[in-house]
Amino acid sequence: MTSTVYVRYEVLRNFRNWRFFFLALAFPLVLYFIVGTANRHARFDGTTFTLYFMVAMATLGTMAGVLGSAAIIAAERSSGWTRQMRITPLGTGAYFGAKVLNAYLRALLTIALMCLAGTALGVRLSATEWLTLIGLLLVGLIPFAVLGILLGHLIGPDSSALAVGGIVTLFALLGGVYGFQIATSGPIFAVIKALPSYWLVQAGKTALGHGAWPAEGWIVIAAWTAVLTVIAVFVYQRAGSQTS
Amino acid sequence: MATGNASGKGIVLSRLSKAYGQVRAVRSLDLAIAPGETVALLGPNGAGKSTTIDMVLGLSRPDSGSISLFGMSPPAAVAAGVIGGMLQTGSLVEYLSVRELVTMVASLYPRPLEVDRVLRLTGAAEFAGRRTNKLSGGQAQRVRFAIALVANPDLLVLDEPTAAVDVEGRRAFWAAMREVAAEGKTVIFATHYLEEADAYADRIVLLARGRIVADGPATEIKARVSGRTIRATLPGADAARLTALPGVLNASLRGDAVTLSCADSDAALRALLGQFPAARDIEVLGAGIEEAFMALTADENDENHETTPLIQGLIR
Repeated sequence: MTSTVYVRYEVLRNFRNWRFFFLALAFPLVLYFIVGTANRHARFDGTTFTLYFMVAMATLGTMAGVLGSAAIIAAERSSGWTRQMRITPLGTGAYFGAKVLNAYLRALLTIALMCLAGTALGVRLSATEWLTLIGLLLVGLIPFAVLGILLGHLIGPDSSALAVGGIVTLFALLGGVYGFQIATSGPIFAVIKALPSYWLVQAGKTALGHGAWPAEGWIVIAAWTAVLTVIAVFVYQRAGSQTS
Repeated sequence: MATGNASGKGIVLSRLSKAYGQVRAVRSLDLAIAPGETVALLGPNGAGKSTTIDMVLGLSRPDSGSISLFGMSPPAAVAAGVIGGMLQTGSLVEYLSVRELVTMVASLYPRPLEVDRVLRLTGAAEFAGRRTNKLSGGQAQRVRFAIALVANPDLLVLDEPTAAVDVEGRRAFWAAMREVAAEGKTVIFATHYLEEADAYADRIVLLARGRIVADGPATEIKARVSGRTIRATLPGADAARLTALPGVLNASLRGDAVTLSCADSDAALRALLGQFPAARDIEVLGAGIEEAFMALTADENDENHETTPLIQGLIR
């Protein structure tokens, strides 16, 4: 039984939590304007720095926003709200579906703001390129959406901020979000190319007329999604057989 | 409000058992509840009340035994929306007003009650516009009750619904409950207040250490557990003769120490002194409910003493 009223209130709840939004949006936006303005005419990784860094900051903001589900789920678990929902006809699919929907709404807002900021600093793309870029970002976020749900079940509300912060930083650093790459060849680069965050940042390459990701990118995103989903289902079922 | 789901069959728990590690929280529990009954699960902490309720609500699975709710399994009954529950713990989610939260929960059920009516009934109407994180403890409790009630369930399950509520709040809660129960709903509530069980239940099921130790009309159970306890030192006592004394429900021996749980302690004391002049160090204790439970279960000298109620309470 899917309830549109339930989803509507879940979304309302999400958007009323403006502190969460502010923090998730402000940091990448401010960083973009500071670093982007200073390097306005530079080129980086085969493209303009303003475009590269726009996509990088969108990656940072959306990763944090999507992984924010972990903190929300962890808090609802510890407060007992999850148990209260489990004794209603609301299915677990609908419960998590609403969380993912909210995560994506947060991500879309971040992407929209970053694209506006990029345009302000001179990024010019065709309509097709914009759409491909945004589409790739949304697809690349799927493993992080699953990871958010998984983490929400593994960690408590106290440690969730730390865990999410650490994971975002690590993925961002290795994925090249901060405007430098740790390696551009060799075994370390091979590891980096196996991370979903790398491919999120690489979504900006679409503007170079390269189209969407190469097959490698799709495989990495699909593999991370599959593995994390299997783990998340396992963890959820284990939690369901206990009293928590 | 009788519905098709509730017709005929009631609630049947049979040979229900659940252990947490070494602690056998619920042991082979058998219980049948007819539709429309209001039943109190009365017992001290660790008696197995919450464990039983969790299994009835489908929040945990029994190790063995079965539960039938109007002919359905707990998960099926939950999915069908015929159960409303108020759990012992649980804060409300933030960023919604009381009215919005109750409306949200109502939308999950196939035939909810009118939100305004539920808010009025539970006394939440006066702060319906307030955000859920700005409520006092008593107000939050009313909202939690409203959430259970708005489901318009055939079976309402309440786990210590008035814990941490002041006397006035308690009275208001039960007044609302009565109005609901009058509509033919089946109600199961857990409590460790004898007065509450006596005042609001048709029937009391007394639990201790995971077992039913007494089950009957509220008045009868009240008489049994509100009696006094006589303790004395009596060398060479005979439990059977002591139990046969007038006014004595149960006698237990620990060496020379005798404990008599009594329905009528005056009669029992007179008879004790008459028949056993050697009895000394006599104490008559007004039984708190914990003592009454101990007395009622004292003859179960088997594995029952492996865990004390205190320890079970901590583990649960």
